[in-house]
Amino acid sequence: MMKKHSRKSIATVFISVLFFLLAGFSFYSCGEREKPAEPEKTEKSAAPAPAETAGETIKLGVGGAHSGDLASYGLPSVNAAELVVKEINEKGGILGKKVELLVEDDVCKPEVATNTATKLLSEGVDVVMGHICSGATKSALGIYKDSKIVCMSPSATNPPLTQSGDYPNFFRTIASDDAQAKLEVDYALDVLNLKKIAVLHDKGDYGKGLAEFAKSFIEKSGKGEVALYEGITPGAVDYSAVVQKIKQSGAEAVIFGGYHPEASKIVMQMRKKGMNTTFISDDGVKDDTFIKVAGKYAEGVYATGPKDTSTNPLAIKANEDHIKAYGKEPGAFFLNAYAATQALLNAIEKAGSTDYDAIVNALRTEYVETPLGKIRFDEKGDAIGIGFSMYKVENGVYVEN
Amino acid sequence: MDYFLELFLGGLTRGSIYALIALGYTMVYGIIELINFAHGEIYMIGAFTALIVAGVLTFWGFNHIAILLLASIIAVIYSAAYGFTVEKVAYKPLRHAPRLSPLISAIGMSIFLQNYVLLAQTSDFLPFPSLIPDFKFLEPYSHLIRPPELVILLTTAVSMLLLTLLIRFTRIGKAMRATAQDRNMAMLVGINVDRIISITFIIGSALAAIGGILIASHIGMINFYIGFIAGIKAFTAAVLGGIGSIPGAVLGGLVLGWTESFATGYVSSDYEDVFAFALLVLILIFRPAGILGRSTIQKV
Repeated sequence: MMKKHSRKSIATVFISVLFFLLAGFSFYSCGEREKPAEPEKTEKSAAPAPAETAGETIKLGVGGAHSGDLASYGLPSVNAAELVVKEINEKGGILGKKVELLVEDDVCKPEVATNTATKLLSEGVDVVMGHICSGATKSALGIYKDSKIVCMSPSATNPPLTQSGDYPNFFRTIASDDAQAKLEVDYALDVLNLKKIAVLHDKGDYGKGLAEFAKSFIEKSGKGEVALYEGITPGAVDYSAVVQKIKQSGAEAVIFGGYHPEASKIVMQMRKKGMNTTFISDDGVKDDTFIKVAGKYAEGVYATGPKDTSTNPLAIKANEDHIKAYGKEPGAFFLNAYAATQALLNAIEKAGSTDYDAIVNALRTEYVETPLGKIRFDEKGDAIGIGFSMYKVENGVYVEN
Repeated sequence: MDYFLELFLGGLTRGSIYALIALGYTMVYGIIELINFAHGEIYMIGAFTALIVAGVLTFWGFNHIAILLLASIIAVIYSAAYGFTVEKVAYKPLRHAPRLSPLISAIGMSIFLQNYVLLAQTSDFLPFPSLIPDFKFLEPYSHLIRPPELVILLTTAVSMLLLTLLIRFTRIGKAMRATAQDRNMAMLVGINVDRIISITFIIGSALAAIGGILIASHIGMINFYIGFIAGIKAFTAAVLGGIGSIPGAVLGGLVLGWTESFATGYVSSDYEDVFAFALLVLILIFRPAGILGRSTIQKV
């Protein structure tokens, strides 16, 4: 019955168990840490397509995830488009024509998105508002580009979509992931006048991506130096060694890419060691939980977050219209989609036609009033006037600087 | 030199944290050769209990020391009860099952307890008050070591000492050793093996609860998941030191803590875990039973 175990069996059991547990851990990481900004996949659907074939119309395509488990990211954009189009059609449309909506589901899958794009083209679409997910958007963009169709996403944040220069037909009404890093670096170098900066990240896609951008921005600026560039282990019981290393490096500021649990541990350990190094982080930290956990140690911490537009009268009106029309609060990216639809239709009106070059030119030169503020687009297609603000913890709340 | 000293002390604290949890692992393993994966969860429950009790007592206006003591006592009792129950529910029915069954049962218990706390409490991180008072005499050295760290170091040392004494010199200790050597034989000479195992779990869980309170005070935050990560490192420490050996658990914890601290300090924190686990592999190659572990001869 009772068996003593050889050394081998202990080692085998240990190693197999370790692998089991590590596997479990990584599942946890994906689930807990995933940024909701870029949903991955959904199921097939039947999207509501208002089939108004009233002769001459301006056809606005709406592509994105409209069904399945990630529909919550795509459906608000359909509602936003419907609201804007309804309002414009009630006023008589654009250039004397009514606007017609063509809604197509891409299920958030890159391989489906090419079909979605092809279908919209075969229906004679003039401009496209969408898609929602960065991956699907990218695969659809190639098709729109070949057919010279302008495409504007309310939610695809992947930096290369605009910055690579591959897609001159692409625009977006959301700031890209690197915009935060840029803001963090500029703030540290220009506003706070700090020179030596330690860049840390949590080794995750989001945190490491941001940290890499921050590092390259600091190096390119020539105004400061990266005193330390390190990845920390998320969830570790203690970060004293890293904190000592920051101290040793002589960094005046820490830029951290990651989420609030690690940020609060690092900030607390730094402050308890008597270090008052400036701590600058991202929207993964701009969360009330951070302040709740770090308490008095959170004071003076900087974090970037989306600009607060809730006081914009157009945003208030858009939200009220949504509640009136659909009986509930709008969901994610609603205002971004609202702004994108307005910007596209405004550009067509200003351009005086649905000609590709004229629309692109209008998008780049003409400002438009949207719920996100007054915006136009830069050469690469990112919206000017949309982005992140720097927040600072003062008396237990984040205050916009 | 100062930098080295800081890293050394940082590693010492971290190592003591691992060791404090590893003691419970190694004790249970020493007696019934079960890797009690729910141990990390008992640690987490201890921290949660202390947080709740401390909250209530603060509300009633107790003073600092009273809160620390009462919260610790209640958390220890509560966690010990948990450890006792977990053993009765999840491991005792499997006492004669093949070795892997209780192991799976332990992992199941661990997942169950995590999710139970997740549902019953919250998935958010909660701030944990620093229950340990600021000692005046430590102030000049505050950049090197802080009160919670000192308390963790002392508690680990004292726990190791008391446990060793308990096992070496008391009647219960003798019964534990007998159970560890040969459970059937121990039964034949009149040792109530079930009771000894229960006591082992109670002591192990009480230690985990103390660890939970001290470590949570040190880190300043808890959530339902802290037990898992601390538990996996503590388990590594126990194996490193020689699972089943009480001084081995402490030594393993310290070696692991120092490795991580120096790897971060002199190389890069990107490679913290790489160094820690590379060391583990190396030690297991040359001493398969761990640093202080005794390799046993297989009985057929």
